[in-house]
Amino acid sequence: MSVPGFNPSPAAGFTRHPTPIGGAAPLCQNGAVQTYPSMHSQAGYGATHPHYNSAPGHYAQMPSKAPPVNNQYGMNYYHNNYQQPVQTTARPGMAPVFRAPQVHSSRPPVSSQAMGPTSNVSMSSASPLHTGPPQPGAYPASAGYYGSSMPLVAPDGTSAQGFPPHSALATVPSAANSAYPIVSYPSAPGSSQYGTLPSSQTSAAGHNLVGAGPIPSSVSTAPQAPLQQVPLGHSVTSSWPSSAAVSAPPSYSGSLPGTVAAVNSQANTVLPSAANRLDQSCQPPWMFGAVHPTAGSPAPGRLATATPTPPVSASLAQHEGADSSSTTSSASPVPSNYEALEGGSYPDTSSKLPPGPPVSQASKAAKPFGCGYPSLQPAYQQTSALSSYSTNSQSSNPSNPPGYQQDSQPYPTMNQLSAALGGLSLPAQQLEALRPVNLMQDRNILPSTEVQAPVPNLSTDLKKANCRSDSFRCTLTNIPQTQALLNKAKLPLGLLLHPFRDLTQLPVITSNTIVRCRSCRTYINPFVSFLDQRRWKCNLCYRVNDVPEEFMYNPLTRSYGEPHKRPEVQNSTVEFIASSDYMLRPPQPAVYLFVLDVSHNAVEAGYLNVLCQSLLENLDKLPGDTRTRVGFITFDSTIHFYNLQEGLSQPQMLVVSDIDDVFLPTPDSLLVNLKESKELVKDLLNALPSMFTNTRETHSALGPALQAAFKLMSSTGGRVSVFQTQLPSLGAGLLHSREDPNQRSSTKVVQHLGPATDFYKKLALDCSGQQIAVDLFLLSSQYSDLASLACVSKYSAGSIFYYPSFHHVHNPAQAETFQKDLRRYFTRKIGFEAVMRIRCTKGLSIHTFHGNFFVRSTDLLSLANVNPDSRFAVQMSIDESLTDTALVCFQAALLYTSSKGKRRIRVHTLCLPVVSQLNDVFAGADVQAITCLLANMAVDRAISSNLTDSQDAVVNAVVDSLSAYRSTTSSFQQSGVIAPYSLRLFPLYVLALLKQKALRTGTSTRLDDRVFAMCEFKCQPLQQIMRMIHPNLYRIDNLTDEGALHVNDSIVPQPPILQLSAERLTREGAFLMDCGSVLYLWVGKSCDVTFISDVLGYPNHASIQQNITQIPELETPSSERTRSFITWLQENRSFNPVLYIVKDDTSAKTNFFQLLIEDRTEAALSYYEFLLHIQQQISK
Amino acid sequence: MAFTFAAFCYMLSLVLCAALIFFVIWQVIAFDELRTDFKNPIDQGNPTRAVRRDRASLCVRVCMRISVCLVVPEYSIHGLFCLMFMCALEWVTLGLNIPLLFYHLWRYFHRPADGSEVMYDPVSMMDADILNYCQKESWCKLGFYLLSFFYYLYSMVYTLVSY
Repeated sequence: MSVPGFNPSPAAGFTRHPTPIGGAAPLCQNGAVQTYPSMHSQAGYGATHPHYNSAPGHYAQMPSKAPPVNNQYGMNYYHNNYQQPVQTTARPGMAPVFRAPQVHSSRPPVSSQAMGPTSNVSMSSASPLHTGPPQPGAYPASAGYYGSSMPLVAPDGTSAQGFPPHSALATVPSAANSAYPIVSYPSAPGSSQYGTLPSSQTSAAGHNLVGAGPIPSSVSTAPQAPLQQVPLGHSVTSSWPSSAAVSAPPSYSGSLPGTVAAVNSQANTVLPSAANRLDQSCQPPWMFGAVHPTAGSPAPGRLATATPTPPVSASLAQHEGADSSSTTSSASPVPSNYEALEGGSYPDTSSKLPPGPPVSQASKAAKPFGCGYPSLQPAYQQTSALSSYSTNSQSSNPSNPPGYQQDSQPYPTMNQLSAALGGLSLPAQQLEALRPVNLMQDRNILPSTEVQAPVPNLSTDLKKANCRSDSFRCTLTNIPQTQALLNKAKLPLGLLLHPFRDLTQLPVITSNTIVRCRSCRTYINPFVSFLDQRRWKCNLCYRVNDVPEEFMYNPLTRSYGEPHKRPEVQNSTVEFIASSDYMLRPPQPAVYLFVLDVSHNAVEAGYLNVLCQSLLENLDKLPGDTRTRVGFITFDSTIHFYNLQEGLSQPQMLVVSDIDDVFLPTPDSLLVNLKESKELVKDLLNALPSMFTNTRETHSALGPALQAAFKLMSSTGGRVSVFQTQLPSLGAGLLHSREDPNQRSSTKVVQHLGPATDFYKKLALDCSGQQIAVDLFLLSSQYSDLASLACVSKYSAGSIFYYPSFHHVHNPAQAETFQKDLRRYFTRKIGFEAVMRIRCTKGLSIHTFHGNFFVRSTDLLSLANVNPDSRFAVQMSIDESLTDTALVCFQAALLYTSSKGKRRIRVHTLCLPVVSQLNDVFAGADVQAITCLLANMAVDRAISSNLTDSQDAVVNAVVDSLSAYRSTTSSFQQSGVIAPYSLRLFPLYVLALLKQKALRTGTSTRLDDRVFAMCEFKCQPLQQIMRMIHPNLYRIDNLTDEGALHVNDSIVPQPPILQLSAERLTREGAFLMDCGSVLYLWVGKSCDVTFISDVLGYPNHASIQQNITQIPELETPSSERTRSFITWLQENRSFNPVLYIVKDDTSAKTNFFQLLIEDRTEAALSYYEFLLHIQQQISK
Repeated sequence: MAFTFAAFCYMLSLVLCAALIFFVIWQVIAFDELRTDFKNPIDQGNPTRAVRRDRASLCVRVCMRISVCLVVPEYSIHGLFCLMFMCALEWVTLGLNIPLLFYHLWRYFHRPADGSEVMYDPVSMMDADILNYCQKESWCKLGFYLLSFFYYLYSMVYTLVSY
């Protein structure tokens, strides 16, 4: 064994097989101390040294215990770990002393055992424990898991993962199947919101226990929302704010008059309601007010009468569900609430109340939906609950009794298509969008509510089926027919995708065969046309495909021969549970690795405390299952690993000081099963903040630490979270300061926007290949070259967080932001080893991608991790003329492994009309999406060329498109800047874009801030970007209940949005500016004292503290209104913004006033000047 | 009939030009592979095929391969040509090659990332613009090298005969 080259290697001093090497190292029983140069571990953080000294008996066991250990591990060790034979006695004396100075390293055997190589001792002392379980390796549970998970049985899987109530609801008694002829479709594992209908029906039919009861009862769960005090818990939004709040479906609920009526009909259980339905669907969609009074107001009453015993059906199902583990596959809506299925992280809350989620969802839906419509009636809440419920029951329409179905057409999609073909004349809405607006004269173009996405000009049915605009948005809702027409319009054509959004309602389909086009592999979607019962025509490549046998059966209606009623064909956003065909390897477990900077700078900033605390709180909520694994690496000038193997009494720290060639000290106990080693992980997290308090190490070896992380993770893939506080200064990937502070406000070329080295990019590509995503948290007060560091996240599909001048004491607001962000970060959903493919109708092609990912092919994005907060954008071009088609479709399919180890495919399909007139193109322009895409393009241009270029390009985009519009309306020559109504905000947004940190020149901007702003543009969701670019300004010192929203129990006032101009501010008022990630509350100098005392809790303006970050809870009505408004704003997005109080006379107000983008600053034009500039350019 | 240095240069460049043509053809194929690979419905009958093929790093590999194995030798060979023709005082031939030489120098010093030896950046390679550009570039070069191959052949004979 003592091969010369091998012997002195770390293995010698290090590990659990002392005997073979002991031969070469005479003194110690369990390993040579002095031959262990580059690595040693500090067992239990110094404080535990006495432990080792005082327990000689423990060590005495070693010789006897060691041999078996050796037998077990020897081979592994020699093969896997020690590629470090060169580590001879280079630094023999140094190693032991390295991190354990107080140690008695010079003493004879006993102490050397205990000490120098504390590693030796600790490791070997651990080994006896390992002899018990024969293979305490890294995959204890995995083998079994893979085996059992292969069948991918939906109900089985869910129940197996500790989610009994849901799965119970979901699994329908297998006995019920006997009621139905086709045995191969045994059950509909529907659950709470989406699936209650079918499942409870099944139980009713199969058992006759509840009779007709369940149907109305399950319907009534939603309308009960206002009555039930919202017991939900599941999405109470404190712990998971965004899942419900952000993603509550406004457009669905708004645009579904037909289904509102459908609910009516179900609630009545009266058949002839079809007529009623037709009436409803004739009404224009999007007329929110018009729909609801009729549909909604009678409904609550009727529904209220039909509210018997949801618990009964639930418990019944639960009882039966226990038996029904044999369900194999069926196309069926499974719990639409994804979190319900995923939600191991909330076992406590969501399992309490199975019927809860629909309620919450219904009530949540009210928020974004109604936000723009202040004049809603008190009855609004109920109606919105109803209508949002109707979304859920959309695909359960077929569950109406047969009489109803006879009324409907057999192949609705065909009709839809022809209707769409015929009905392409411009409706009023589009004419309005074309109305010319003279921007020089109309000052008040800013709507007083948030700008809504334009609705494509499609037939009602298609509109209803179309994808939600916050998941999938196109810059032009009318696609030009040819590239020439597009060039004429001078508007960018592109898609903005937010594929992994938190959705409250999502049909999940488990099916043996996922129906796809045989030629282009498109997933079947609502926009395909059924030629007859057995054939469908792909809407992307126009190939005619067969309908597979399984697809003929509709699990919702339990009827045969209605493929067009299947959920896949009814919903444009669906999720499939994929079979093993879609796996390259068994689904990976959730693996989280934390790489923490512990240099002096980091300790000084004090982020460790916040981080460890937050992680401790959320340890149980980390998405994952029983296989979840975690690991920790800390680094300063050396790299410290932590052995958390189950069975150890304490975590062990292993230090690798050789940063030039990093290796893993022990391969299988660094990433440990969270469940098994939870105590150790907690110990470590408790100890970490205090471990490095006295460190004097100022260097940071980020590159080597990342390499170590890569090595550690490469076998599984997963998520690496890197926390870095300074410029990496050692080892591979070291960076030098490139920023010249004197150039911060230069109007000339801004340099160094690109990476300084390609180390991080290469590493990211390697990571991406091994399905590892690196999320970067940069908490730095000084320049840290984010431009280079960000590459590691950019190309590995990670996310980037930046907290400039973070300090836990001196900057409490930043610390609070960090804490809140971490909470969201730890608990948000995550998808592993994902790929996303974007397909589009023949003739269109994808041109450029924007976002954090690696482009693997012309239409395929490789995403090591996908998170619900990242957005992607693509630019499209039109290769072939689209003259022979009236509709184009885009389909984004995201294939990922859920944190529960299921392979899933989420499919979004968007359908848009094609137009041949330039006017129509302008009418369909979506100014927000255009601005967002333009921001992405500008960032690319700034990096590849320079900032001035990109500014010019952005201005030219406005000038070109407006002059193109002018040419279409050349009949009247009018002075001023004429814009179509749809683009009236375009110049304003572009001006705002130019004043952003990312693109501005002339104003002092730190390079890191600028680069971070650019990164945000590339991957933040559209709403967030729009708030960053053009913040919303509200006056809040005179909030009234007029037009307020009712959300849950609280009343949320809806003040109008004001223009971002100082002329809108008064010293007598208090104004709130919502910039997406920050809220500024500006309190004027002579603001009403009652407001200051009632809301802020201070006697007068002078006494207001600057550093408060939330409004105190006071018992006054104005305080309540303000708080509910601010809370509403905060909960409406995934990352809670922090509130800053800005007083009239402080330096913080510079920030605030810089955001008043309509005003002139020393370096940039005012809005009016900008318009003049545009006018000049146009008339040139 | 005299075997001058110029004649030797032409003979050598003839051989090397064949190698260049070979390299460029290789590039053309590689780009084409990148472009069309995933568009093809690989196995129409079998949905699993498309997913199963482990192409995780195809793009990275292709880019690295092109950059390291093809582009660098190509540039250096072409540089060698120019040097040889300069030494051989073949000004006309040199003049024909100078534009390409400058183009190569420009390409080399405008590489994607700083400090990277990779000529074709795998992360932006799949952008349609860049891919198109690269493809066009390699086709143009192929034409150029083919023409110059015959030109060298002619010149070689000419120099051999004329002296």
